[in-house]
Amino acid sequence: MKTENKYGVDERGFYGRFGGAYIPEMLYPNIEELRENYLRIIETPEFRKEFEGLLADYVGRPTPLYLAQRLSEHYGTTIYLKREDLNHTGAHKINNTIGQLLLAEKLGKKRIIAETGAGQHGVATATVCALRGLECVVYMGEVDMQRQAPNVARMKMLGATVVPATCGSKTLKDATNEALRDWINNPVDTHYIIGSVVGPHPYPDMVARFQSVISREIRRQLLEKSGKEVPDQVIACVGGGSNAMGAFYHFLDDESVKLIGVEAGGEGVDTGRSAATTVLGKDGIIHGSRSLLMQTDDGQIIEPHSVSAGLDYPGIGPQHAHLHETGRVQFVNITDQEAMEAGLLLSKLEGIIPAIESSHALAWLKKMEFTGRESIVISLSGRGDKDLQTYIDFFRL
Amino acid sequence: MNRINELFKKKPGKLLSIYFTAGYPGLEDTIPVARALQEAGADMLEIGFPFSDPLADGPVIQHSSEVALKNGMSLRKLFSQLKELREHVRIPVLLMGYLNPVFQYGMENFCASCAECGIDGLILPDLPMTEFETQYQDLFRRHNLSNIFLVTPESREERIRRIDQLSDGFIYALSSSSTTGKQMDSTLQTEKYFEKLQSMNLRNPLMIGFGVNDRESFQKVVSYAHGAIIGSAFIRLLDKEGARPEVIRRFIHSILGSN
Repeated sequence: MKTENKYGVDERGFYGRFGGAYIPEMLYPNIEELRENYLRIIETPEFRKEFEGLLADYVGRPTPLYLAQRLSEHYGTTIYLKREDLNHTGAHKINNTIGQLLLAEKLGKKRIIAETGAGQHGVATATVCALRGLECVVYMGEVDMQRQAPNVARMKMLGATVVPATCGSKTLKDATNEALRDWINNPVDTHYIIGSVVGPHPYPDMVARFQSVISREIRRQLLEKSGKEVPDQVIACVGGGSNAMGAFYHFLDDESVKLIGVEAGGEGVDTGRSAATTVLGKDGIIHGSRSLLMQTDDGQIIEPHSVSAGLDYPGIGPQHAHLHETGRVQFVNITDQEAMEAGLLLSKLEGIIPAIESSHALAWLKKMEFTGRESIVISLSGRGDKDLQTYIDFFRL
Repeated sequence: MNRINELFKKKPGKLLSIYFTAGYPGLEDTIPVARALQEAGADMLEIGFPFSDPLADGPVIQHSSEVALKNGMSLRKLFSQLKELREHVRIPVLLMGYLNPVFQYGMENFCASCAECGIDGLILPDLPMTEFETQYQDLFRRHNLSNIFLVTPESREERIRRIDQLSDGFIYALSSSSTTGKQMDSTLQTEKYFEKLQSMNLRNPLMIGFGVNDRESFQKVVSYAHGAIIGSAFIRLLDKEGARPEVIRRFIHSILGSN
């Protein structure tokens, strides 16, 4: 299925008024090379075969669409979990890194760079670089490196070089700046694997296409399991928004399917410690694309807060900004506290410890009203192993 | 015709343009630094307005931006300082920075404020060429503002030609594809690229920047272009020795070779 629809990217690289490529001339040749080639390459049968082959044999796809019986009983409705947590490396991130790595190979690139916040995208990138024998450099905020030491160790074990981003707030946005600077300084042999549906066009569209495998599988699996063509609602957490974009992608044109994006409310949207971009953000430019962005009146980017390191990004993918503006996706937010409780609940009811990012999507269930007849699909974007220390500290386990 | 065009008519070669960050090292240093640079012999000034996420800049300008923001610099503050710019400074002055603060200020308001303060040109590296052409070209023209584009060794010839068509001040040629503050590549390739630019017979004058940091690199690039731009090396000086006029004079003289 193509994205040439009213919610997809137009030929100029925009989603409504969002998107585009706001980049300095130093990045123009790199971005232009990608823009000219990405569709041509990723739509060839050869590429699809290699991509799908690796997703099946290496990543372990398709991931199950699991009918969560006890969670369903708890809420009095029918809830399916799309088990992206069962992917190799523990999250949906690897769908995108495999796709981009194969693309980079076709473009003749020898060196891969990436940014990472919590370390999940960094690990997924280091993993595929090890798999294909490419040099890998991952930029990570100095603060995040301390908070996520096990993922730093994983990347190193996989042969990647982890470079601390010491500028600004020393977190995800700064790591992204450093990766872009690296790309400016290495314009010929390097490919930058962005980890979410953000950045200049064509990245948001490209990453969405690689992640769209999630909703393609949901459609097929739901039909097999329940005889229904589409669910009533799909719920996913949104930081930059790649797992949500993947989970929504093949439902965008089915207007009967309610799509809900759950942002990190942090300590509450009014507290100044939040990452709810659709509430707190204004039109602006971040990392080369026009989107909604948390910023001061002077246009300086504000550091967001969330208990979940994967959701504290001050922007949101440009397609999400468009889906928000058109009303196609309803954006809501969940506080740190609510997310943590939802994570604990799923652990106790279903024996699944979710990533705190995914716990935000789960927490929205508590705020919904059910008739008992609906089918709800939740994108369980990652597993909670990386968050164990946060859970331990929070619940004094 | 603005001060930039007049400068290139009056003095066709060996021009020196200096970049510095507004509100650095001290919040109120913007005008005194501009004034000292003019008095020391700089031909043109680029005043950078700081942004929290300067993704094309190396550590030196990142640091000056961070300090300037901490000092309380903002576009509103900058324009309030620049109200008296033309009481002190005659040479061409450009503003340089990232697009997001400009968007928040509003492009129309921004251009109007620039015109009020006697600004001659803008360097907004992340403003896409097509967006300038379709949305802002007339606005810039109305306010007599030159829009300055960047070219790099990786820019294709047809793109450089198109940039030349859209420019009306000068073209900012980067000595290498890099972030700010790196050493210049002194390879044959760099010279070939400068020669290529020179032989293209562009309508607009060329100013070469990135990696120009002393008399030697200045002399080298002005043999290929109308002038050179120094940024990080000057910021580094301010960081180390402060913004006193005699420090600035010594620096400019060391580049130009005068006493």
